Amino acid sequence: MDIVVCVKHVPDTTEAEIAIRDDERGIKQAGLVFDISEADNYAIEEALLLKEEFGGSITVLTVGPEEADETLRMCLAKGVEQAARLTDERFEGSDSFATARVLAEAIKDMDYDLVLTGVQADDDGSAQVGVTLAEMLGIPHAALVVSTEAEEDEDRMTVHRELEGGLHEVLEIELPALLTIQTGINEPRYASIFGIRKAMKKQIEILDLDDLELAEEAVGEAGSKTSLVKLFIPVVTAQATILEGSPEEVSSELATILKNEGVV
Amino acid sequence: MGEIFVLAEHRQGELRDITFEMLGKGQELAAAMDAPLAAVLLGHGVEDFATELTKHANQVLSIEDERLEHFNSAAYQQVLAHLIAERQPCLVLMGQSAYGMDLAPSLATQLDLPLATDCVGLEFEDGQLFAVREMYGGKVSARIAFRQADTYMATVRQAAFPFEEGEPLGGEVIAVDSPLTEEIKYRKFLEYVEAAVGDVDITQAEVVVAVGRGIKEGDNLPLVEKLAEALGGALAGSRPVIDAGWLPPDRQVGQSGKTVKPKLYLAIGISGASQHVVGMKAASTIVAINKDPDAPIFKVAHYGIVDDLFKVVPALTEQLGG
Repeated sequence: MDIVVCVKHVPDTTEAEIAIRDDERGIKQAGLVFDISEADNYAIEEALLLKEEFGGSITVLTVGPEEADETLRMCLAKGVEQAARLTDERFEGSDSFATARVLAEAIKDMDYDLVLTGVQADDDGSAQVGVTLAEMLGIPHAALVVSTEAEEDEDRMTVHRELEGGLHEVLEIELPALLTIQTGINEPRYASIFGIRKAMKKQIEILDLDDLELAEEAVGEAGSKTSLVKLFIPVVTAQATILEGSPEEVSSELATILKNEGVV
Repeated sequence: MGEIFVLAEHRQGELRDITFEMLGKGQELAAAMDAPLAAVLLGHGVEDFATELTKHANQVLSIEDERLEHFNSAAYQQVLAHLIAERQPCLVLMGQSAYGMDLAPSLATQLDLPLATDCVGLEFEDGQLFAVREMYGGKVSARIAFRQADTYMATVRQAAFPFEEGEPLGGEVIAVDSPLTEEIKYRKFLEYVEAAVGDVDITQAEVVVAVGRGIKEGDNLPLVEKLAEALGGALAGSRPVIDAGWLPPDRQVGQSGKTVKPKLYLAIGISGASQHVVGMKAASTIVAINKDPDAPIFKVAHYGIVDDLFKVVPALTEQLGG
């Protein structure tokens, strides 16, 4: 089974302080640690598991700057065969639609049975690129996949989609197909030291606008259907009463509050 | 002016809340644009839903087909592409839900429509649509401009817009013929599977102690378990804790897990992503412990402690257990 996985190199902002750039079009990146977007990490693992079961080869793609090679190398270290980074200054300002267009151009002539992406990226949380890409490639898709079952030489597979409230939907999909992979579907492995060393020697293919034979108007702001006007820190409509002091002091204060409110 | 379409979401015999939330927002946008509000209902044997929706929309466009009994994004896409081409709505709203996320991007791409997802704000300015959506786990908001178009498409965050029952609009049901001609073979719905039920039902607990990514390791879980015991509460978790396998899926609080309404909800090391908040915001008293002062959980909590949970939780356990 030949699999293409699209990943994104994103800042980990779960516990970081975020500051907006002066031009209001992005966040200040200094001090932020970048890594593969969480759901994409599960997509890579799912590809590796399928390859281990059915054979085949995995190609990882990203759209991003040179620093994104770090994420691609980590994928190579885990056992991905090929990596390519799609990069061009003219991609700047691309929305999800234009980004999917770039990926579609890179993937359309490849041989594949499956394309995997994460459900959504940790930074913009759009959950749009994967399903858009499927439409551009003209293949069926399923979003929010939490389990996959395939069989040798079958041209269909069975997947579970995560619905709300703990409910799953089971469906059958014809290959080639695109699946957006949800976190928790598997247990992502760590790369071995041996794998990391081996990955250092592997080539990462770099493709730009001209390599992809895309028109300049098809990417960047010109090729986008939405544009970012500005970023801002959300208006705080309500804020918790923050208890201050040592752990013992705040605990004692909280215990008193909860007793007074009759909740304990 | 074309209509504003709201795609009605239903599953297992029930209209989902997001439908009414979108119709509420849709009514406001329709008034601003002087456009009719149309609920779009796809299904099989859903006459009762159509009647219900007439209270909240000027029109209910009802497409009845046994192939639409269960949601299938491939079938929905064919039907909606046909309907949108025919009626040229000015805006199509769907939920940022398991249905909308599986459908909106491919439909928008097929029809070449601008789409913004997971919107928490939407407004027209001189006929052009703008959205507000969140980024970086809710720490940053973004104002998004749609490229000028005759038809816009947006998906709406679940529980972002309040639904208030107003005067019934008394809309009419318009039956639209299904454009589906044959069975869709490349994607087939098979069945629903319910999550396994464990020994503890967190939805029945008066006190819920929920732990998130901040716990770092599964081995640290006993720390919060002791606090839950001291409070006589049930232990629950946010998505990362369930994903890591530290707690079983039936302990997950949030959009894809359980919705809880306890007297006391303690959020420990939980950042407060919207998907989590939707499952616990109705708790009577919410306390958050998180070392990140910017964590969105502090916007929904009543009381907050900005400190290391590994220091605060043992101290609190002692206070409450003693």
